[in-house]
Amino acid sequence: MRVGIVCPYTWDVPGGVKQHIDDLAQALIAQEHEVSVIAPAADDDELPPYVTGAGRAIPVPYNGSVARMSFGFLSAARVRRWVRTGGFDVLHIHEPLIPSLGVLACWAAKGPIVATFHASFSRSRAIAVAEPLLRSALEKLSGRIAVSDAARKSLVEQFGGDTVLIPNGVTVARYTEAEPLDGWGPDGATLGFLGRMDEERKGLPILLDAFRTLAAERPGVKLLIAGPGDEKDVFERVPKELRDRVTVLGMVSEADKIRAYHSVDVFVAPNTRGESFGIVLAEAMASGATVLASDIPAFRKVLGDGQAGALFANRDPASLAREAAALLDAPERRAKLAAEALVAVRKYDWSTVARDVVRVYETVTTSGAGRVEEDL
Amino acid sequence: MTSTMIVLIVGILVVLTAVYISWRAGRLDRLHIRLELAQESLGAALMRRRAVVLELAGSRLLDPATSLVLAAAAHEARSAGPEEREHAESDLSRALRAVADQERFREKLSESPGGRALLEELDGAVAKVVYSRRFYNNAVSVTRAAQDRWLARTLRLAGYTEYPQFFEIDDNPPAAMATE
Repeated sequence: MRVGIVCPYTWDVPGGVKQHIDDLAQALIAQEHEVSVIAPAADDDELPPYVTGAGRAIPVPYNGSVARMSFGFLSAARVRRWVRTGGFDVLHIHEPLIPSLGVLACWAAKGPIVATFHASFSRSRAIAVAEPLLRSALEKLSGRIAVSDAARKSLVEQFGGDTVLIPNGVTVARYTEAEPLDGWGPDGATLGFLGRMDEERKGLPILLDAFRTLAAERPGVKLLIAGPGDEKDVFERVPKELRDRVTVLGMVSEADKIRAYHSVDVFVAPNTRGESFGIVLAEAMASGATVLASDIPAFRKVLGDGQAGALFANRDPASLAREAAALLDAPERRAKLAAEALVAVRKYDWSTVARDVVRVYETVTTSGAGRVEEDL
Repeated sequence: MTSTMIVLIVGILVVLTAVYISWRAGRLDRLHIRLELAQESLGAALMRRRAVVLELAGSRLLDPATSLVLAAAAHEARSAGPEEREHAESDLSRALRAVADQERFREKLSESPGGRALLEELDGAVAKVVYSRRFYNNAVSVTRAAQDRWLARTLRLAGYTEYPQFFEIDDNPPAAMATE
Protein backbone atom coordinates (compact mmCIF):
# COMPACT_ATOMS: atom_id res chain seq x y z
CA MET A 1 0.00 0.00 0.00
CA ARG A 2 1.24 3.53 -0.72
CA VAL A 3 0.67 5.69 2.32
CA GLY A 4 1.08 9.47 2.57
CA ILE A 5 1.48 10.73 6.14
CA VAL A 6 1.10 14.38 7.13
CA CYS A 7 2.99 15.63 10.20
CA PRO A 8 1.89 19.01 11.59
CA TYR A 9 4.94 19.78 13.71
CA THR A 10 8.47 20.50 12.66
CA TRP A 11 10.65 17.43 12.15
CA ASP A 12 13.81 18.62 13.92
CA VAL A 13 12.17 19.23 17.32
CA PRO A 14 11.46 16.16 19.43
CA GLY A 15 7.84 15.72 20.43
CA GLY A 16 5.17 13.11 21.02
CA VAL A 17 3.33 13.47 17.72
CA LYS A 18 6.52 13.56 15.65
CA GLN A 19 7.84 10.49 17.47
CA HIS A 20 4.54 8.69 16.89
CA ILE A 21 4.69 9.44 13.16
CA ASP A 22 8.31 8.37 12.85
CA ASP A 23 7.66 5.09 14.69
CA LEU A 24 4.54 4.43 12.62
CA ALA A 25 6.34 5.17 9.35
CA GLN A 26 9.19 2.82 10.23
CA ALA A 27 6.83 0.06 11.33
CA LEU A 28 4.86 0.41 8.08
CA ILE A 29 8.04 0.34 6.02
CA ALA A 30 9.13 -2.81 7.89
CA GLN A 31 5.82 -4.38 6.84
CA GLU A 32 6.67 -3.51 3.23
CA HIS A 33 4.34 -0.61 2.70
CA GLU A 34 5.57 2.44 0.81
CA VAL A 35 5.53 5.51 3.01
CA SER A 36 6.05 9.20 2.33
CA VAL A 37 5.85 11.70 5.19
CA ILE A 38 5.48 15.43 4.66
CA ALA A 39 6.53 17.63 7.58
CA PRO A 40 7.53 21.22 8.23
CA ALA A 41 11.29 21.38 7.70
CA ALA A 42 13.77 23.79 6.23
CA ASP A 43 15.29 22.84 2.89
CA ASP A 44 18.74 22.34 4.39
CA ASP A 45 17.54 20.12 7.27
CA GLU A 46 18.74 16.56 7.27
CA LEU A 47 15.73 14.31 6.84
CA PRO A 48 15.26 10.55 6.61
CA PRO A 49 14.67 9.36 3.02
CA TYR A 50 10.93 8.94 3.58
CA VAL A 51 10.38 12.53 4.76
CA THR A 52 9.63 15.48 2.45
CA GLY A 53 10.08 19.02 3.76
CA ALA A 54 7.22 21.48 3.34
CA GLY A 55 9.11 24.63 4.18
CA ARG A 56 10.45 26.18 7.33
CA ALA A 57 8.22 26.13 10.40
CA ILE A 58 7.18 29.34 12.09
CA PRO A 59 6.62 29.55 15.84
CA VAL A 60 3.07 30.72 16.52
CA PRO A 61 0.99 30.92 19.66
CA TYR A 62 -1.97 28.58 19.33
CA ASN A 63 -4.37 27.24 21.91
CA GLY A 64 -2.34 28.38 24.88
CA SER A 65 1.15 27.34 23.82
CA VAL A 66 3.70 28.10 21.14
CA ALA A 67 4.04 25.52 18.40
CA ARG A 68 6.26 25.44 15.36
CA MET A 69 4.06 24.89 12.34
CA SER A 70 3.88 25.45 8.59
CA PHE A 71 1.27 27.40 6.72
CA GLY A 72 0.97 29.99 3.97
CA PHE A 73 1.08 29.88 0.18
CA LEU A 74 4.42 28.14 -0.12
CA SER A 75 3.48 25.29 2.20
CA ALA A 76 0.04 24.97 0.62
CA ALA A 77 1.58 24.67 -2.84
CA ARG A 78 4.09 22.07 -1.66
CA VAL A 79 1.41 19.98 0.05
CA ARG A 80 -0.71 20.14 -3.09
CA ARG A 81 2.17 19.00 -5.27
CA TRP A 82 3.01 16.21 -2.85
CA VAL A 83 -0.61 14.99 -2.95
CA ARG A 84 -0.77 15.24 -6.76
CA THR A 85 2.46 13.39 -7.45
CA GLY A 86 2.34 10.94 -4.55
CA GLY A 87 -0.05 8.39 -6.02
CA PHE A 88 -1.21 7.43 -2.53
CA ASP A 89 -3.73 4.72 -1.79
CA VAL A 90 -4.50 6.39 1.49
CA LEU A 91 -3.67 9.72 3.10
CA HIS A 92 -3.06 9.72 6.85
CA ILE A 93 -3.32 13.17 8.45
CA HIS A 94 -2.21 13.77 12.03
CA GLU A 95 -3.90 16.48 14.09
CA PRO A 96 -6.14 17.92 11.35
CA LEU A 97 -7.47 20.56 13.75
CA ILE A 98 -4.06 22.22 14.11
CA PRO A 99 -3.53 25.10 11.65
CA SER A 100 -0.60 23.45 9.94
CA LEU A 101 0.03 20.96 7.16
CA GLY A 102 -2.89 18.74 8.24
CA VAL A 103 -5.51 21.36 7.42
CA LEU A 104 -3.73 22.16 4.16
CA ALA A 105 -3.70 18.49 3.17
CA CYS A 106 -7.40 18.18 3.99
CA TRP A 107 -8.10 21.02 1.58
CA ALA A 108 -5.82 19.78 -1.15
CA ALA A 109 -6.86 16.13 -1.27
CA LYS A 110 -9.87 13.91 -1.77
CA GLY A 111 -10.31 10.16 -1.65
CA PRO A 112 -9.54 7.80 1.23
CA ILE A 113 -8.33 10.06 4.05
CA VAL A 114 -7.71 8.90 7.61
CA ALA A 115 -6.90 11.20 10.52
CA THR A 116 -5.36 10.61 13.94
CA PHE A 117 -6.22 12.90 16.84
CA HIS A 118 -3.53 13.11 19.52
CA ALA A 119 -4.25 16.02 21.80
CA SER A 120 -7.30 16.49 23.89
CA PHE A 121 -8.55 20.05 23.67
CA SER A 122 -11.04 22.05 25.65
CA ARG A 123 -13.78 24.12 24.04
CA SER A 124 -11.65 27.10 23.20
CA ARG A 125 -12.67 30.27 21.43
CA ALA A 126 -10.22 29.58 18.64
CA ILE A 127 -11.95 26.30 17.89
CA ALA A 128 -15.41 27.86 18.22
CA VAL A 129 -14.54 30.58 15.70
CA ALA A 130 -12.96 28.17 13.25
CA GLU A 131 -15.59 25.49 13.71
CA PRO A 132 -17.41 25.78 10.34
CA LEU A 133 -14.07 25.71 8.58
CA LEU A 134 -12.79 22.73 10.55
CA ARG A 135 -16.09 20.95 10.17
CA SER A 136 -15.86 20.99 6.39
CA ALA A 137 -12.32 19.62 6.65
CA LEU A 138 -13.52 16.88 9.01
CA GLU A 139 -16.26 15.95 6.55
CA LYS A 140 -13.59 14.70 4.18
CA LEU A 141 -12.24 12.12 6.61
CA SER A 142 -13.30 8.55 5.90
CA GLY A 143 -11.81 7.26 9.14
CA ARG A 144 -10.93 8.86 12.45
CA ILE A 145 -8.49 7.45 15.01
CA ALA A 146 -7.94 8.72 18.56
CA VAL A 147 -4.82 7.75 20.51
CA SER A 148 -6.46 8.06 23.91
CA ASP A 149 -9.86 8.21 25.55
CA ALA A 150 -9.27 11.87 26.35
CA ALA A 151 -8.59 12.72 22.70
CA ARG A 152 -11.60 10.76 21.58
CA LYS A 153 -13.84 12.40 24.17
CA SER A 154 -12.94 15.97 23.30
CA LEU A 155 -13.35 15.32 19.57
CA VAL A 156 -16.74 13.68 19.96
CA GLU A 157 -17.99 16.33 22.38
CA GLN A 158 -16.99 19.14 20.05
CA PHE A 159 -17.77 17.71 16.65
CA GLY A 160 -19.94 14.62 17.23
CA GLY A 161 -19.55 11.35 15.35
CA ASP A 162 -17.36 8.52 16.48
CA THR A 163 -13.74 7.40 16.34
CA VAL A 164 -11.79 4.23 16.81
CA LEU A 165 -9.17 4.05 19.54
CA ILE A 166 -5.67 2.90 18.65
CA PRO A 167 -3.21 3.73 21.45
CA ASN A 168 0.43 4.66 21.02
CA GLY A 169 2.94 1.89 20.58
CA VAL A 170 6.33 1.20 22.06
CA THR A 171 9.27 0.21 19.89
CA VAL A 172 10.21 -2.72 22.11
CA ALA A 173 13.55 -3.37 20.42
CA ARG A 174 14.74 0.14 21.32
CA TYR A 175 14.41 -0.65 25.03
CA THR A 176 15.67 -4.19 25.39
CA GLU A 177 19.41 -3.41 25.38
CA ALA A 178 21.02 -0.61 27.41
CA GLU A 179 23.77 -0.01 29.95
CA PRO A 180 22.64 0.98 33.45
CA LEU A 181 23.38 4.59 34.47
CA ASP A 182 26.89 5.20 35.83
CA GLY A 183 27.12 4.11 39.42
CA TRP A 184 23.81 2.33 39.25
CA GLY A 185 22.72 -1.14 38.41
CA PRO A 186 20.31 -3.75 39.61
CA ASP A 187 21.84 -4.71 42.95
CA GLY A 188 18.80 -6.30 44.54
CA ALA A 189 17.84 -3.15 46.44
CA THR A 190 16.95 -0.41 43.94
CA LEU A 191 13.44 0.89 43.31
CA GLY A 192 12.64 3.18 40.39
CA PHE A 193 10.00 5.72 39.43
CA LEU A 194 9.49 7.70 36.23
CA GLY A 195 6.93 10.43 35.62
CA ARG A 196 5.90 13.91 36.62
CA MET A 197 6.82 14.40 40.27
CA ASP A 198 4.20 17.06 40.97
CA GLU A 199 1.19 15.38 39.42
CA GLU A 200 -0.98 13.74 42.03
CA ARG A 201 -2.31 11.02 39.74
CA LYS A 202 1.20 9.75 38.96
CA GLY A 203 1.23 8.68 42.59
CA LEU A 204 4.77 9.59 43.66
CA PRO A 205 3.67 10.60 47.22
CA ILE A 206 2.33 7.08 47.76
CA LEU A 207 5.65 5.60 46.71
CA LEU A 208 7.53 8.00 49.00
CA ASP A 209 5.37 7.03 51.97
CA ALA A 210 5.96 3.37 51.23
CA PHE A 211 9.68 4.03 50.86
CA ARG A 212 9.79 5.50 54.38
CA THR A 213 8.52 2.24 55.84
CA LEU A 214 10.66 0.12 53.58
CA ALA A 215 13.91 2.05 54.12
CA ALA A 216 13.49 2.01 57.89
CA GLU A 217 13.41 -1.80 57.81
CA ARG A 218 16.02 -2.33 55.11
CA PRO A 219 19.24 -0.33 55.28
CA GLY A 220 20.31 -1.01 51.69
CA VAL A 221 17.19 0.04 49.81
CA LYS A 222 17.54 3.00 47.40
CA LEU A 223 15.10 4.97 45.27
CA LEU A 224 15.82 6.43 41.82
CA ILE A 225 13.40 9.06 40.50
CA ALA A 226 13.33 10.55 37.00
CA GLY A 227 10.87 12.98 35.47
CA PRO A 228 9.96 16.64 35.33
CA GLY A 229 9.02 18.54 38.48
CA ASP A 230 10.56 20.13 41.54
CA GLU A 231 12.85 17.91 43.64
CA LYS A 232 12.00 19.98 46.74
CA ASP A 233 8.53 18.41 46.76
CA VAL A 234 10.17 15.02 46.92
CA PHE A 235 12.65 15.73 49.69
CA GLU A 236 10.05 17.43 51.85
CA ARG A 237 8.24 14.15 52.06
CA VAL A 238 11.31 12.12 53.00
CA PRO A 239 12.81 12.28 56.54
CA LYS A 240 16.33 13.76 56.74
CA GLU A 241 18.11 10.53 57.61
CA LEU A 242 16.75 8.82 54.46
CA ARG A 243 17.43 11.63 51.99
CA ASP A 244 20.82 10.35 50.86
CA ARG A 245 19.11 7.15 49.72
CA VAL A 246 16.79 8.99 47.33
CA THR A 247 18.23 10.24 44.03
CA VAL A 248 16.29 12.65 41.85
CA LEU A 249 17.51 12.86 38.25
CA GLY A 250 14.88 15.35 37.05
CA MET A 251 14.18 15.49 33.31
CA VAL A 252 16.29 12.93 31.45
CA SER A 253 17.08 12.38 27.80
CA GLU A 254 15.44 9.53 25.90
CA ALA A 255 18.67 7.51 26.08
CA ASP A 256 19.11 8.09 29.82
CA LYS A 257 15.49 7.16 30.39
CA ILE A 258 16.11 3.75 28.88
CA ARG A 259 19.30 3.39 30.93
CA ALA A 260 17.31 4.31 34.04
CA TYR A 261 14.89 1.44 33.39
CA HIS A 262 17.90 -0.85 33.25
CA SER A 263 19.28 0.52 36.53
CA VAL A 264 16.53 -0.65 38.86
CA ASP A 265 15.40 -3.95 40.35
CA VAL A 266 11.76 -3.01 40.75
CA PHE A 267 10.08 -0.36 38.65
CA VAL A 268 7.14 1.12 40.55
CA ALA A 269 4.08 2.62 38.79
CA PRO A 270 1.88 3.97 41.60
CA ASN A 271 -0.56 5.87 39.34
CA THR A 272 -3.84 6.44 41.13
CA ARG A 273 -6.17 6.77 38.13
CA GLY A 274 -6.50 7.63 34.46
CA GLU A 275 -3.84 6.10 32.24
CA SER A 276 -6.02 4.55 29.57
CA PHE A 277 -2.79 2.83 28.62
CA GLY A 278 0.41 3.01 30.64
CA ILE A 279 3.09 3.87 28.13
CA VAL A 280 5.65 4.14 30.93
CA LEU A 281 4.65 0.71 32.13
CA ALA A 282 5.10 -0.73 28.65
CA GLU A 283 8.53 0.90 28.32
CA ALA A 284 9.65 -0.56 31.63
CA MET A 285 8.39 -3.98 30.58
CA ALA A 286 10.23 -3.71 27.26
CA SER A 287 13.42 -2.83 29.17
CA GLY A 288 13.20 -6.08 31.09
CA ALA A 289 12.47 -4.43 34.44
CA THR A 290 10.33 -6.12 37.06
CA VAL A 291 7.19 -4.02 37.43
CA LEU A 292 5.17 -3.30 40.55
CA ALA A 293 2.04 -1.30 39.70
CA SER A 294 -1.15 -0.08 41.31
CA ASP A 295 -4.12 -2.31 40.55
CA ILE A 296 -6.08 0.24 38.50
CA PRO A 297 -7.98 -1.45 35.63
CA ALA A 298 -5.61 -0.25 32.88
CA PHE A 299 -2.52 -1.62 34.62
CA ARG A 300 -4.24 -4.82 35.65
CA LYS A 301 -5.00 -5.40 31.98
CA VAL A 302 -1.49 -4.60 30.71
CA LEU A 303 0.06 -6.86 33.38
CA GLY A 304 -2.34 -9.74 32.72
CA ASP A 305 -3.76 -9.68 36.27
CA GLY A 306 -0.34 -10.00 37.87
CA GLN A 307 1.15 -12.53 35.44
CA ALA A 308 3.62 -10.05 33.95
CA GLY A 309 4.16 -7.82 36.96
CA ALA A 310 3.17 -7.52 40.60
CA LEU A 311 0.19 -5.42 41.72
CA PHE A 312 -0.55 -3.56 44.94
CA ALA A 313 -3.76 -2.03 46.27
CA ASN A 314 -4.23 1.39 44.67
CA ARG A 315 -3.44 4.39 46.94
CA ASP A 316 -2.20 2.09 49.74
CA PRO A 317 1.44 2.77 50.77
CA ALA A 318 1.43 -0.17 53.20
CA SER A 319 0.43 -2.58 50.45
CA LEU A 320 3.07 -1.10 48.16
CA ALA A 321 5.78 -1.49 50.83
CA ARG A 322 4.73 -5.09 51.50
CA GLU A 323 4.74 -6.09 47.82
CA ALA A 324 8.03 -4.31 47.14
CA ALA A 325 9.69 -6.07 50.09
CA ALA A 326 8.40 -9.42 48.87
CA LEU A 327 9.80 -8.76 45.40
CA LEU A 328 13.20 -7.63 46.70
CA ASP A 329 13.44 -10.87 48.68
CA ALA A 330 12.64 -13.07 45.68
CA PRO A 331 15.10 -12.63 42.81
CA GLU A 332 13.73 -15.70 41.04
CA ARG A 333 10.19 -14.34 41.07
CA ARG A 334 11.52 -11.02 39.78
CA ALA A 335 13.23 -12.73 36.87
CA LYS A 336 10.13 -14.74 36.06
CA LEU A 337 7.88 -11.66 36.07
CA ALA A 338 10.35 -9.74 33.91
CA ALA A 339 10.45 -12.59 31.39
CA GLU A 340 6.63 -12.72 31.28
CA ALA A 341 6.56 -8.94 30.85
CA LEU A 342 8.75 -9.15 27.75
CA VAL A 343 6.18 -11.48 26.19
CA ALA A 344 3.15 -9.45 27.30
CA VAL A 345 4.55 -6.15 26.00
CA ARG A 346 4.67 -7.45 22.45
CA LYS A 347 0.99 -6.62 22.22
CA TYR A 348 1.95 -2.95 22.57
CA ASP A 349 4.83 -3.05 20.13
CA TRP A 350 4.63 -0.70 17.19
CA SER A 351 4.42 -3.61 14.77
CA THR A 352 1.12 -4.62 16.41
CA VAL A 353 -0.15 -1.04 16.51
CA ALA A 354 0.83 -0.53 12.86
CA ARG A 355 -1.10 -3.67 11.95
CA ASP A 356 -4.24 -2.12 13.46
CA VAL A 357 -3.61 1.11 11.57
CA VAL A 358 -3.28 -0.88 8.35
CA ARG A 359 -6.65 -2.46 9.10
CA VAL A 360 -8.10 1.04 9.25
CA TYR A 361 -6.46 1.81 5.90
CA GLU A 362 -7.95 -1.34 4.42
CA THR A 363 -11.38 -0.43 5.80
CA VAL A 364 -11.44 2.92 3.99
CA THR A 365 -9.88 1.76 0.74
CA THR A 366 -12.65 -0.55 -0.43
CA SER A 367 -12.98 -1.05 -4.17
CA GLY A 368 -15.16 1.98 -4.90
CA ALA A 369 -13.10 4.47 -2.93
CA GLY A 370 -10.40 5.03 -5.55
CA ARG A 371 -7.07 6.65 -4.76
CA VAL A 372 -6.06 9.90 -3.16
CA GLU A 373 -6.34 12.71 -5.70
CA GLU A 374 -5.89 16.41 -5.79
CA ASP A 375 -9.09 18.27 -4.94
CA LEU A 376 -9.33 21.19 -7.35
CA MET B 1 -30.39 54.95 -7.36
CA THR B 2 -30.82 54.19 -11.03
CA SER B 3 -32.72 51.16 -12.17
CA THR B 4 -29.60 49.69 -13.79
CA MET B 5 -27.89 49.67 -10.43
CA ILE B 6 -30.81 47.94 -8.78
CA VAL B 7 -30.80 45.31 -11.48
CA LEU B 8 -27.06 44.91 -11.04
CA ILE B 9 -27.27 44.48 -7.27
CA VAL B 10 -30.16 42.04 -7.52
CA GLY B 11 -28.23 40.16 -10.19
CA ILE B 12 -25.14 39.88 -7.99
CA LEU B 13 -27.23 38.69 -5.06
CA VAL B 14 -28.89 36.04 -7.22
CA VAL B 15 -25.52 34.81 -8.47
CA LEU B 16 -24.06 34.69 -4.95
CA THR B 17 -27.07 32.77 -3.63
CA ALA B 18 -26.84 30.34 -6.52
CA VAL B 19 -23.14 29.78 -5.90
CA TYR B 20 -23.78 29.19 -2.20
CA ILE B 21 -26.62 26.76 -2.84
CA SER B 22 -24.65 24.81 -5.40
CA TRP B 23 -21.69 24.65 -3.02
CA ARG B 24 -23.98 23.32 -0.29
CA ALA B 25 -25.51 20.82 -2.69
CA GLY B 26 -22.06 19.70 -3.83
CA ARG B 27 -20.98 19.21 -0.26
CA LEU B 28 -24.07 17.17 0.52
CA ASP B 29 -23.49 15.11 -2.59
CA ARG B 30 -19.97 14.38 -1.45
CA LEU B 31 -21.25 13.28 1.94
CA HIS B 32 -23.67 10.90 0.25
CA ILE B 33 -20.84 9.35 -1.74
CA ARG B 34 -18.81 8.95 1.42
CA LEU B 35 -21.76 7.39 3.20
CA GLU B 36 -22.24 4.90 0.39
CA LEU B 37 -18.59 3.91 0.50
CA ALA B 38 -18.72 3.52 4.27
CA GLN B 39 -21.79 1.34 3.95
CA GLU B 40 -20.08 -0.77 1.33
CA SER B 41 -17.06 -1.32 3.50
CA LEU B 42 -19.23 -2.14 6.52
CA GLY B 43 -21.09 -4.71 4.43
CA ALA B 44 -17.79 -6.16 3.23
CA ALA B 45 -16.41 -6.33 6.79
CA LEU B 46 -19.48 -8.13 8.10
CA MET B 47 -19.41 -10.56 5.21
CA ARG B 48 -15.75 -11.27 5.79
CA ARG B 49 -16.29 -11.92 9.46
CA ARG B 50 -19.06 -14.41 8.71
CA ALA B 51 -16.87 -16.12 6.14
CA VAL B 52 -13.89 -16.44 8.51
CA VAL B 53 -16.12 -17.75 11.31
CA LEU B 54 -17.63 -20.32 8.94
CA GLU B 55 -14.17 -21.36 7.84
CA LEU B 56 -13.07 -21.74 11.45
CA ALA B 57 -16.19 -23.76 12.21
CA GLY B 58 -15.47 -26.07 9.28
CA SER B 59 -11.75 -26.33 9.89
CA ARG B 60 -11.89 -29.39 12.22
CA LEU B 61 -9.49 -27.54 14.49
CA LEU B 62 -12.20 -27.04 17.12
CA ASP B 63 -14.37 -29.50 18.99
CA PRO B 64 -17.71 -30.28 17.31
CA ALA B 65 -19.84 -28.37 19.86
CA THR B 66 -17.82 -25.17 19.47
CA SER B 67 -17.90 -25.56 15.69
CA LEU B 68 -21.65 -25.90 15.80
CA VAL B 69 -22.12 -22.77 17.92
CA LEU B 70 -20.01 -20.74 15.49
CA ALA B 71 -21.53 -22.19 12.33
CA ALA B 72 -25.08 -21.60 13.58
CA ALA B 73 -24.37 -17.98 14.54
CA ALA B 74 -22.64 -17.23 11.24
CA HIS B 75 -25.44 -18.87 9.30
CA GLU B 76 -28.10 -16.90 11.17
CA ALA B 77 -26.24 -13.68 10.43
CA ARG B 78 -25.92 -14.56 6.77
CA SER B 79 -29.55 -15.42 6.23
CA ALA B 80 -31.03 -12.63 8.37
CA GLY B 81 -33.35 -10.20 6.64
CA PRO B 82 -32.78 -6.45 6.90
CA GLU B 83 -34.95 -6.25 10.03
CA GLU B 84 -33.08 -8.93 12.00
CA ARG B 85 -29.62 -8.13 10.72
CA GLU B 86 -28.45 -6.08 13.68
CA HIS B 87 -29.65 -8.76 16.07
CA ALA B 88 -28.06 -11.60 14.18
CA GLU B 89 -24.69 -9.83 13.86
CA SER B 90 -24.73 -9.01 17.59
CA ASP B 91 -25.43 -12.67 18.32
CA LEU B 92 -22.47 -13.62 16.18
CA SER B 93 -20.25 -11.28 18.23
CA ARG B 94 -21.53 -12.89 21.43
CA ALA B 95 -21.00 -16.41 20.15
CA LEU B 96 -17.50 -15.48 19.09
CA ARG B 97 -16.77 -14.05 22.54
CA ALA B 98 -18.12 -17.14 24.26
CA VAL B 99 -15.83 -19.29 22.13
CA ALA B 100 -12.67 -17.22 22.00
CA ASP B 101 -12.70 -16.32 25.69
CA GLN B 102 -12.43 -19.95 26.71
CA GLU B 103 -9.23 -20.58 28.57
CA ARG B 104 -6.26 -21.33 26.34
CA PHE B 105 -8.38 -21.02 23.19
CA ARG B 106 -5.81 -18.94 21.36
CA GLU B 107 -2.84 -21.03 22.44
CA LYS B 108 -4.50 -24.28 21.42
CA LEU B 109 -5.67 -22.93 18.09
CA SER B 110 -2.31 -21.45 17.18
CA GLU B 111 -0.56 -24.74 18.00
CA SER B 112 -2.58 -26.66 15.40
CA PRO B 113 -1.51 -26.59 11.73
CA GLY B 114 -3.09 -23.67 9.90
CA GLY B 115 -4.57 -22.42 13.15
CA ARG B 116 -2.31 -19.42 13.56
CA ALA B 117 -3.15 -18.04 10.12
CA LEU B 118 -6.85 -18.54 10.77
CA LEU B 119 -6.56 -16.80 14.13
CA GLU B 120 -4.85 -13.82 12.51
CA GLU B 121 -7.56 -13.64 9.89
CA LEU B 122 -10.19 -13.74 12.59
CA ASP B 123 -8.49 -10.94 14.54
CA GLY B 124 -8.41 -8.81 11.41
CA ALA B 125 -12.02 -9.54 10.50
CA VAL B 126 -13.26 -8.72 14.01
CA ALA B 127 -11.28 -5.47 14.17
CA LYS B 128 -12.50 -4.37 10.77
CA VAL B 129 -16.13 -4.78 11.79
CA VAL B 130 -15.47 -2.45 14.73
CA TYR B 131 -13.61 0.08 12.57
CA SER B 132 -15.96 0.11 9.62
CA ARG B 133 -19.04 0.38 11.82
CA ARG B 134 -17.58 3.38 13.67
CA PHE B 135 -16.73 5.03 10.36
CA TYR B 136 -20.16 4.26 8.93
CA ASN B 137 -22.01 5.65 11.95
CA ASN B 138 -19.79 8.70 11.83
CA ALA B 139 -20.71 9.22 8.18
CA VAL B 140 -24.39 8.80 9.11
CA SER B 141 -24.28 11.48 11.79
CA VAL B 142 -22.41 13.94 9.56
CA THR B 143 -24.81 13.34 6.66
CA ARG B 144 -27.83 13.65 8.91
CA ALA B 145 -26.59 16.97 10.25
CA ALA B 146 -26.15 18.25 6.68
CA GLN B 147 -29.58 17.00 5.58
CA ASP B 148 -31.22 18.56 8.61
CA ARG B 149 -30.03 22.03 7.71
CA TRP B 150 -32.76 24.51 6.92
CA LEU B 151 -31.54 25.15 3.39
CA ALA B 152 -31.22 21.47 2.56
CA ARG B 153 -34.71 20.72 3.83
CA THR B 154 -36.42 23.66 2.13
CA LEU B 155 -34.80 23.07 -1.24
CA ARG B 156 -34.78 19.27 -0.90
CA LEU B 157 -31.07 19.24 -1.69
CA ALA B 158 -30.85 15.61 -0.65
CA GLY B 159 -33.18 14.68 -3.52
CA TYR B 160 -34.73 11.28 -3.04
CA THR B 161 -31.99 9.71 -0.95
CA GLU B 162 -33.22 8.04 2.22
CA TYR B 163 -32.59 9.48 5.63
CA PRO B 164 -29.52 7.48 6.73
CA GLN B 165 -29.87 5.04 9.62
CA PHE B 166 -27.25 4.13 12.21
CA PHE B 167 -26.12 0.52 12.37
CA GLU B 168 -26.25 -0.45 16.03
CA ILE B 169 -24.79 -3.80 17.01
CA ASP B 170 -22.76 -5.29 19.81
CA ASP B 171 -19.39 -5.71 18.13
CA ASN B 172 -17.21 -5.97 21.22
CA PRO B 173 -14.33 -8.25 20.34
CA PRO B 174 -13.30 -11.20 22.51
CA ALA B 175 -11.22 -10.02 25.47
CA ALA B 176 -8.00 -11.55 24.19
CA MET B 177 -8.31 -9.76 20.85
CA ALA B 178 -9.37 -6.39 22.14
CA THR B 179 -6.98 -3.64 21.21
CA GLU B 180 -8.98 -0.94 22.95
